[in-house]
Amino acid sequence: MTTTATTADGEVSSPARARRRRSTGSPWVAVAFAAPLIVYLAAFYAYPLIRSVDLSIHDYNIRAFVQGNAEFVGLQNYADIVSSPLFPSALWNTVLFVGVSLLFQYAIGLALAVFFRANFKLSGFLRALFLVPWLLPLIVSASTWSWMMNSDSGIINSFLGAVGVGQINWITSPDTALTAVIIANIWLGIPFNLVILYSGLQNIPGDVYEAASLDGAGAWTTFWRVTFPLLRPVSAITVLLGLVYTLKVVDIIWIMTKGGPANSSLTLAVWSYREAFGTGQPAFSPAAAVGNVLIVIALIFGLAYVRLQRREEH
Amino acid sequence: MTARRTWWKTALGVLFAAIMLFPVYWMINVSLTQRGDLRSNPPHLFPVNPTLEGYSAMLDGQLPSLGVSLLVGLGCVVLTLAIAAPAGYAMSLLRLPGGRTLNFILLVAQMIPAVVMAMGFYAIYVRLGLLNSLWGLILADSTIAVPFGVLLFTAFMSGIPRELIQAAKIDGAGAWRTFVSIVMPISRNSALTVSLFAFLWAWSDFVFASTLNRNGSMVPVTLSIYAFIGNNTTQWNAIMATAVVASVPAAVLLVFAQRYVAAGVTAGAVKD
Repeated sequence: MTTTATTADGEVSSPARARRRRSTGSPWVAVAFAAPLIVYLAAFYAYPLIRSVDLSIHDYNIRAFVQGNAEFVGLQNYADIVSSPLFPSALWNTVLFVGVSLLFQYAIGLALAVFFRANFKLSGFLRALFLVPWLLPLIVSASTWSWMMNSDSGIINSFLGAVGVGQINWITSPDTALTAVIIANIWLGIPFNLVILYSGLQNIPGDVYEAASLDGAGAWTTFWRVTFPLLRPVSAITVLLGLVYTLKVVDIIWIMTKGGPANSSLTLAVWSYREAFGTGQPAFSPAAAVGNVLIVIALIFGLAYVRLQRREEH
Repeated sequence: MTARRTWWKTALGVLFAAIMLFPVYWMINVSLTQRGDLRSNPPHLFPVNPTLEGYSAMLDGQLPSLGVSLLVGLGCVVLTLAIAAPAGYAMSLLRLPGGRTLNFILLVAQMIPAVVMAMGFYAIYVRLGLLNSLWGLILADSTIAVPFGVLLFTAFMSGIPRELIQAAKIDGAGAWRTFVSIVMPISRNSALTVSLFAFLWAWSDFVFASTLNRNGSMVPVTLSIYAFIGNNTTQWNAIMATAVVASVPAAVLLVFAQRYVAAGVTAGAVKD
């Protein structure tokens, strides 16, 4: 137990002094409190990451995996995946999956946030209901969507049939599989966008709206001239964070389509998962190479997010 | 006049919520549908002859997996709190060297795809014999919540008035006493938020479960639903019944802890 004596300041701090001195105590006490986290990060973040890099620069098969004597191949695995015919299509699917998902999640989330900004009867309760998709386990959402999109017995085709649209093989046709998982993913992401954008709207002072309405601005003008520009920093953070999260999505796609049919809904993350765990023949080395490429992409946008957030704080 | 306008808005809000929640309704509807009616065309919009056969099929096979998920979730909560709370204290109220760097590392850590982590864990667990073990899954699942927990605790504890900490020190309390008897009681709500999310994420996890625990006897509920779908595509009422039961923690959270849920979603992204 860390009951080390703290460096005695000796004096009663005036408020000014307390503000200047942000922290108290000796650095060693602080390190002791942070030690579990540091050990944890090293053991369960840094080490698995190092292992994953290690996997990607060796040629691991299942046997070498257990014995640990895989052949060193340098960047061969990376060269292999980039030159694989799957790479351009997986990259494009990733761009579509992330881009289209974010666009709709953001637009719908923002529309709902603006709608709920006005207080009306039940507004708090209804807003809470919108959190449901986000709280459900993904396996639940994904399997529900799968059944709703079932070609013969799904409710969606039944609705569409009622308005004269012919049967769509949502999940089993290569033309629509990516659309199907994107629709499910948009549904999943709306709550996150709604909550963050709503809290961003709360931070816009009410007198700004009053001023706009005194100037005779209608609802539409107010939104485009006042709300939207003032919300830009929060919007940027929402979209960037959503981007980083959407890039790494595996479960929803894997459960609904397994990346198929004919790789039509295969994103980089799903490709990596499939190589390592999705087939009877685990190919960890290429899987790790794909995964590491994904990390680099995620980090580029992640660092943009961190920079943006830091700037917001100042 | 205004009352009429808000009624109109409420009606619209109800409509939006109904559209949004339709999949959830559909899941419940299908879970109560007779097996023979599952393929009827058009599908029944209401459970016409409601049956609990889906639920009894679920009870036959899925009960142990719910127990496993419960244990994994609780294990994750304990582990996450034990690591995140003291670290948050060190980063916000104590003079931690390299605190900003650590903060940055935590932000970045949240961005690493779970697939990559799963491969790393798999490679390590193969050697250590931790595959298909409860502990292995708890450790892996906790990586989803720990960085979030530390950041949330740090953000909240930074707002605790220094005077309070100073006063404790003057009364002769060491760092540990201050932490246990002042900082933690004040941070109760943050601890609740972190616990809720740690539990929910562990309960919902699919990627780690499907990679690290796929062959064992200790199978969490997400994986058992997945296996269920793979094995019998005719018993959708039982699949949906399991899904309904797997959604119970989410429903409980929403009813009893909605405030903390919204706080948690916002905490990661926006500074107040």
